[in-house]
Amino acid sequence: MAKLMEIRWHGRGGQGVVTAGKMLAQVALDSGQYFQAFPDYGPERAGAPIRAFTRVSPEPIHKHCQIQSPDIVLVLDPTLLEAIDVAEGLKEDGMLLVNTDLPPEKVRKKVGFQTGKVFTVDATKIALETMGREITNTPMLGAFVKATGLLSVEDLVAQTRKQFGDKFGKAVVDRNVEAIRRAAQEVQEG
Amino acid sequence: MSRFEAMDGNTATAEAMRQINPDVVAAYPITPQTSTVQTFSQFVADGEVDTEFIRVESEHSAMAACIGASSAGGRVMTATAANGLALMWEMVYIAASNRSPIVMPVVNRALSGPINIHCDHSDSMGARDAGWIQLYGENPQEAYDNCLQAVRIAEHEDVLLPVMTMYDGFITSHGLERVQIEDDEAVRDFIGPFKAHEPLLDIDNPVTYGPLDFYDFYMEHKRQQVEGMKHARRVIPEVAADFEKRFGRKYGFFEEHRLDDAELALVVLSSTAGTAKSVVDDLRSRGIKVGLLKPRVFRPFPAQELADALRDKAAIGVMDRSDSFGALGGPLFMELSAACKIHDVPAKIVDYVFGLGGRDTTPDQIESVVRDLADIADTGKIKQLVSYLGVRE
Amino acid sequence: MVDLNAGWRDIPRGGKIVEAGNAREYETGSWRAMRPVVDQEKCINCLQCWVFCPDASIIVENEEMVGFRYEYCKGCGICASICPVDAIEMVSEAEAESEAVGAASGSDRRPAKDE
Repeated sequence: MAKLMEIRWHGRGGQGVVTAGKMLAQVALDSGQYFQAFPDYGPERAGAPIRAFTRVSPEPIHKHCQIQSPDIVLVLDPTLLEAIDVAEGLKEDGMLLVNTDLPPEKVRKKVGFQTGKVFTVDATKIALETMGREITNTPMLGAFVKATGLLSVEDLVAQTRKQFGDKFGKAVVDRNVEAIRRAAQEVQEG
Repeated sequence: MSRFEAMDGNTATAEAMRQINPDVVAAYPITPQTSTVQTFSQFVADGEVDTEFIRVESEHSAMAACIGASSAGGRVMTATAANGLALMWEMVYIAASNRSPIVMPVVNRALSGPINIHCDHSDSMGARDAGWIQLYGENPQEAYDNCLQAVRIAEHEDVLLPVMTMYDGFITSHGLERVQIEDDEAVRDFIGPFKAHEPLLDIDNPVTYGPLDFYDFYMEHKRQQVEGMKHARRVIPEVAADFEKRFGRKYGFFEEHRLDDAELALVVLSSTAGTAKSVVDDLRSRGIKVGLLKPRVFRPFPAQELADALRDKAAIGVMDRSDSFGALGGPLFMELSAACKIHDVPAKIVDYVFGLGGRDTTPDQIESVVRDLADIADTGKIKQLVSYLGVRE
Repeated sequence: MVDLNAGWRDIPRGGKIVEAGNAREYETGSWRAMRPVVDQEKCINCLQCWVFCPDASIIVENEEMVGFRYEYCKGCGICASICPVDAIEMVSEAEAESEAVGAASGSDRRPAKDE
């Protein structure tokens, strides 16, 4: 990437949205880039819609305000498409990546984002099938790197093993890796 | 070997505390500081530091315990924010008057009420008369660096004053950025060993702390504190120079961004200064000669140096992330205006109170400030001395 | 409740809340990830769920537990936990909505852009 990339994440409290932003920050760190990863806090509770923000740049990042016009929006919880305007501020040539079982065309209509790119992946299904839990952040990251080409899927896998290796057992990490690979394979553009 | 990490301001500060390895930490949690002390307490639990960690029942007790420990003869730290700082109010003054070199990160958060957990500078600005040295950091790197330098500044035998190091709540405290963490031994070497001055636990040289003063001595004791602050003006750049020599990062009383040949100047503290830098760069590419001055040291207030840096500007826009109700404007504006008046800086100065209670301040809003300054520079007229940026009318 | 775009002149001084009981207008049902469902066959009307519900979301009529106020229920699960006869079950909100179990909470629902 030649310039500053601004990313907004939508999810519900407890789904690992903030962690996803942090994982991406770690990826940026390891590739020698500058980054910011910060949440948008309101009253904390599991299930509440929350947002997280990530900035990635090859240059030092000075802006500390919230992200008004993201280049990329990721939606980790499909029910949010009904609840909030996930495409608000999204750049015209931006990218929307949604966890849903709907095809990209339907998501475009639902959200009202007609320009730019739309990707969908059923991260919930992948998460439930690979990990038995509805934590969609790792498959969404897999889909994200595939859709953006930010880094290779295998680089993300290596990152994930490195980041989670100590905290969780091998079995858990392997399941996350499987989720990443599946999501990268199954993500659709439309 | 230093290493690069993805850390938020609180984690970076906790890391600094681990490397400093204070004798005592007495602290009480408060958003958005909590994770600083929580992370540090894990270091204590894991035996990574030798610190005696005292879990107290309130911030007032935290500072009281810190003063006790410091007077006993130890290197002492704590951390707080907003109403936590307010609750320890009387003890904060006493830490300074006792000449206790306590170091306290303060994560800037709005004072209640209404209750608000987000960023503004009302807490630390409210304490500006307490006799503490005050440093502001823009991002997690500066939070870390200021914390380390604070120990050297506080403990310098010509200073012996407590230091509060500020960084913005949530924006910096909970925002991950790339931070260069220095090697443990290099930090230990920079900080140096703690030297106690007339400690209580030196039973061969008994001493009493905290006496009563009548009007015959109180003023002289206060004059001593003033002297400590005067020495701090010399010591702060000395410590910064040593820091730069060892770690390569440069610090002063303030940071200048494209200020030299600027006609218009923004003066703003902390994280918003970062956003202002990107606005300055953008406007410069459009031919507008604007620059930024980001103060780092608020106490002691480097009046002469600030005045010299702003001497040739046509218009100056100060941005205050706190207000002083009933005063001429926000605290940074008032002190800078006084400095400019006394040191013969002819520039017109206006104030923008912004970001109270965590209100986001956008590049567009900062641009509008610069437009106002351009207008003032052109016409020589100030339409509004103090504005409230972003308030809904 | 106050208009979210109200200016400083239009809101009560000092942040006081001058409408009594206006918490009623703040429908928190959309916070839910799980919702309680009651099996009336098992329910013995002990009303412990009503006693312990932190959100006053159990509907009691004529001393009988008749249902849940899904506009407010946050899905904490305390009712299910406290029920001595396991008459209350927590089901996933997504499942419940698709099966149209109970009253759907529609307070936060925005119309989709193509509606």
